[in-house]
Amino acid sequence: MHTPGKYKLSFALLLFLVLVTAFLNISLGSVDIPFSEVFAVIFNGEVSKESWRYIILEYRIPKALTSILAGSGLAVSGMLMQTMFRNPLAGPYVLGLSSGASLGVALVLMGASMFGGIALSLLLSGWGMVIASSLGSLLVLLAVMAASIRLKDTMAILIIGLMFASLTSAVVSVLSYFSPADQLQQYVFWSFGSVGNLNWQEVGVLSFFWALGIILAITRIKNLNSLLLGEQYAKSLGISINRNRAVLIIATSFLAGSITAFAGPIAFVGLAVPHLIRQIIPTNDHRILLPAVILGGAILMLFCDIVAQLPGTNYTLPINAITSLVGAPVVIWLLVRKRKFIF
Amino acid sequence: MELVKGELVGIVGVNGVGKSTFLRTISGIQPALKGKIFIEQKDRETLPAPKLASLISLVLTNQPISKNLRVAELVALGRQPYTNWIGSVNAQDKQQIKNALKLVNIEEIQHKRCYELSDGQLQKVLIARALAQDTPVVILDEPTSHLDMYHKAQVLKLLKNLSQKTNKAILFATHEVNLAIQLCDKIILMQENKIVKGSPQELISENAFDSMFPSDLIYFDSGSHSFRIKTT
Repeated sequence: MHTPGKYKLSFALLLFLVLVTAFLNISLGSVDIPFSEVFAVIFNGEVSKESWRYIILEYRIPKALTSILAGSGLAVSGMLMQTMFRNPLAGPYVLGLSSGASLGVALVLMGASMFGGIALSLLLSGWGMVIASSLGSLLVLLAVMAASIRLKDTMAILIIGLMFASLTSAVVSVLSYFSPADQLQQYVFWSFGSVGNLNWQEVGVLSFFWALGIILAITRIKNLNSLLLGEQYAKSLGISINRNRAVLIIATSFLAGSITAFAGPIAFVGLAVPHLIRQIIPTNDHRILLPAVILGGAILMLFCDIVAQLPGTNYTLPINAITSLVGAPVVIWLLVRKRKFIF
Repeated sequence: MELVKGELVGIVGVNGVGKSTFLRTISGIQPALKGKIFIEQKDRETLPAPKLASLISLVLTNQPISKNLRVAELVALGRQPYTNWIGSVNAQDKQQIKNALKLVNIEEIQHKRCYELSDGQLQKVLIARALAQDTPVVILDEPTSHLDMYHKAQVLKLLKNLSQKTNKAILFATHEVNLAIQLCDKIILMQENKIVKGSPQELISENAFDSMFPSDLIYFDSGSHSFRIKTT
């Protein structure tokens, strides 16, 4: 395997980009705050306007942190799924995990009125959303997994993912139809995706699930590398395939589910980042790939959020639209470039 | 049935007779339908998976291998049963990887990626990976499928040399009966209702190959030790 030192420069570059995009992300927004003042707030210095301090500490830093957590988490879950399904086009969005999470959230936001008030207070708290949405993505992941055991074909699995997405959106439509306007609006805004709605406490909840997912992924690094040879070889190398699969499924559901709960269904980050990273760091060794994908996901999401803010204006675009504008061309490029698609 | 160190054993039989099932059972990929398997006097069923991985290595065909791996990386994965929790290779592992590359004579392609290789080269890389796993038993399922006649002979000759040089027991399933007769120390002939094992010479003198296939198209010619097309 490669000596990790070989990619030091690439890692330094990625880390530098994370810092730059994070700083820009905090600095830019509808309220114009000079860079020097942003520095002052971050390093606890004198600020000309107290409102700037408030905006940065209570709004922009949580937003930047959410971008980092969401981008890196989705990218890692995409990487895990690509290795697990042995499918370069796998990702939490294309395989319907985000739809499953949406269903969970829709049930919480719009179904709560149907189930009555007892569960309502529990469900509407941050934890309730996360649990419902993680369960939703877990459900879809298990279903896709079951299908993938029978169908080894790459395309068939993707189509199954699409079908699950259709099924869940059908259920969501039914729920929407019977929902009062304000709940429906709440759901629609959530589905646009946004990293800007989290307070510090919610960032804390998200970090908790993110850390759980990442730690589980780290414990699987060696097995992920064995899986590069296929399941039968992995088994012959002494790996318990079923236990390994269970851990990976749980990690993926935690990551995709919790992020979707808080930031909405974000498209293409999970699918595109592992491939973009391989352009810079051409390896399949998960010891190198995992940290690189974490950094890459954070950069892409911070960048997309900067664009979504439309700096200097009072408008904010849905983040989901931006990630699709960036991610979909990446997928098209991956599919049509000359070299055969090699995973 | 017994497998001895340093022996090259070929399993032959018609399609669907159970060669792969037999190999998968021995290697622990699937549970035994009947009977028991002992490795170094230990019941295979009682061996934990990591221990088994240090006793048996596999070479399989048609696996969804990541073709983006470099040859040396793929061979290095053979060391997984011995590496730490994150899979770092130490000096000893590196030596084993080097030896494996050398034994199979693929040192010059070790930095290539697998998608750049021919089928024959890839097969050698997979054999090197199994050698790096450093097990007394190596099992190969049809290692010569997809290969041309020259490379079939090359791979089987390589296996023959490896069994002698490394003193490993090498067991493989094949459809190349003619080559197996020339190269194997022992042949296991699997048929619907009986299984015979012996040296190629023994099997030939017992006329064991005569009933291997339906007799309408080909026959075993004991003079040339090979199957021939019926002319009439």
